[in-house]
Amino acid sequence: MAGVLDWLTAPQTLFFLGVTFTVFLALQISAAVMVYAERKVSAFMQQRYGPYLVGPKGVLQPIADIVKLVFKEDLKPKAADTLLFAAAPVISAMAAIAAFAPVPFGAATTFFGLLPEPMPLMVADINVAVLVIFAITSMGVYGIVLAGWSSNSKYALLGGLRSSAQMISYELAYGMALATIVMIAGSLSLREIVDAQTGYYFGVIPRWNIFVVFPTGLIAFLIFSTAGIAETNRAPFDFPEAEQELVAGYHTEYSSMRFALFFLAEYINMVTVAAVVTNLFLGGWHGPLLPEAYGWIWFLIKLSTLCFGYLWLRWTLPRFRYDQVMDLCWKILLPLSIANILVTGFVLLLVRGATQ
Amino acid sequence: MTAQQVLFYLFGAFAIVSALGMVLNVRNTVAAALSLVVTMIALAGIYVLLEAHLVAAIQVMVYGGAIVVLFLFVVMLLNLRSDAFAPGRGRLQKLAGALLGIALLAQIVRSSVALPEAPPVPPGFGGYRQLGIALYTDYVLLVEIASLLLTAAIVGALILAKRKID
Amino acid sequence: MIPLDHVILLSAILFGIGVVGVVTRRNLIVVLMSIELMLNAVNLAFVGFNRLWPGQPGQNALDGQVFVLMVITVAAAEVAVGLGIVISMFRNRDSVDIEEVSLLKW
Repeated sequence: MAGVLDWLTAPQTLFFLGVTFTVFLALQISAAVMVYAERKVSAFMQQRYGPYLVGPKGVLQPIADIVKLVFKEDLKPKAADTLLFAAAPVISAMAAIAAFAPVPFGAATTFFGLLPEPMPLMVADINVAVLVIFAITSMGVYGIVLAGWSSNSKYALLGGLRSSAQMISYELAYGMALATIVMIAGSLSLREIVDAQTGYYFGVIPRWNIFVVFPTGLIAFLIFSTAGIAETNRAPFDFPEAEQELVAGYHTEYSSMRFALFFLAEYINMVTVAAVVTNLFLGGWHGPLLPEAYGWIWFLIKLSTLCFGYLWLRWTLPRFRYDQVMDLCWKILLPLSIANILVTGFVLLLVRGATQ
Repeated sequence: MTAQQVLFYLFGAFAIVSALGMVLNVRNTVAAALSLVVTMIALAGIYVLLEAHLVAAIQVMVYGGAIVVLFLFVVMLLNLRSDAFAPGRGRLQKLAGALLGIALLAQIVRSSVALPEAPPVPPGFGGYRQLGIALYTDYVLLVEIASLLLTAAIVGALILAKRKID
Repeated sequence: MIPLDHVILLSAILFGIGVVGVVTRRNLIVVLMSIELMLNAVNLAFVGFNRLWPGQPGQNALDGQVFVLMVITVAAAEVAVGLGIVISMFRNRDSVDIEEVSLLKW
């Protein structure tokens, strides 16, 4: 018993609990920030103001939205399967939040000298982190499948079917682009991939994976970003939400907090994809001018830039049709990513020799 | 009872309970598929405890994330709502099936011997590097045959599920 | 550590449950899922025995895990073709009850 108490109050455990709690809280807050940012950014792109009534410049708008959603009536269709109907948004949200666990967001720190040895700023230091993120994202498909099924209406069923088919198709392009980066970095652990991106070429261009083995790193970045946006059902690939305008989508029968959970899951998924892209392609927490211990500031800057890019994309491009989405994945992205892997492997073999 | 043993028994209990839930349920095909996913995730947890990390990740990804999703697709496509079939004639069959399962289990338990303690694991065991080297040096023929098999399966599934074009 | 004979016992129990599912159930999709359960049980046995004999430190014997990868591949291929059969059957008979396709029984 004393051993357990010792372990519980050891600085490593407290640090781990602190990091976990901070990450969890930060994800929820980032979802709220993304809601506000989306409305403001879309408003400025459409030459209007966006929310400005609630709080200074409309900053408290997400809180007003949440309060409104909490007080809405919780509808449930009579013929729906109760347990699956309730479980679907929970599975979506859980998978979205858990996928952020292996993502590092800062350099190894001793937290102002309190810890006996430097610990990296991440929730779980897994050495197959890339695969774990992939696996947990695959679990998120179940939320959509169950939502479409348990609503017990034909349109929700078809919407769920199409949306989940889109998600599992783009997981392939996702994985192939990932394989390129794993080949370049030589490891599946996100921390080691970021650690391999220190330093500069010619003193000026940072050694980020987007510039390595030019242009295959750039192509891998574009494929991965596209697949990531399609995975989270965002931007030009959001016909499940669009069907709501036309016919119905997979979350048509959901109201109040269940609906809020689905949208929370979508925004947190977007933040996770942006975080993984930052770590894999944009050098994670490395950046000029700041000491390494404050690398998480650079991480946040890169993350916000990417999220802004995704918002920008949403309000610029028109929506894809379903067969165009599938064509893009199977006929364009997948052969391109396989060719990318071939070229990268060839170049790496030439440059590094056959020892790796 | 170390933490590893507690986790193993916990995951094992999950696996057995959800396997029984899949086989014995009459509620819904979708509920059976979800029980199967829980079984697979519990088994992936046991693989991690047995130092097979890459296999555990691939189990969750391929089995839990693709194969059972395929089952759910077919259930949704064919809109198979209820799982109730005509009772009565199945009862004898059910009894025969249960007896067969118990007999099989008893035979395996009877013929099992106490296995020795597991030796310590060399470093890098079950990691992607060792598994990759093994796959591409000793077992490269298996990889090629697997690719042929998957191509044949894709073509076969397409032809079977296509609508007839006259 | 983990008692490996309990691992093999768990594998045997899961295999038995899978056999009960294949023999007893009348829904073809649940039969296919029970076959997947049997394959999973076999995978567990492979991984368990591989843990028992992991080879020397210089040379890792990962045969069991390579086989598990192959079993997963074969299971994926089998599920694809099996579900194609289920779809054809549903188109012809409008049901997935295996008693409907028992024309070749005596």
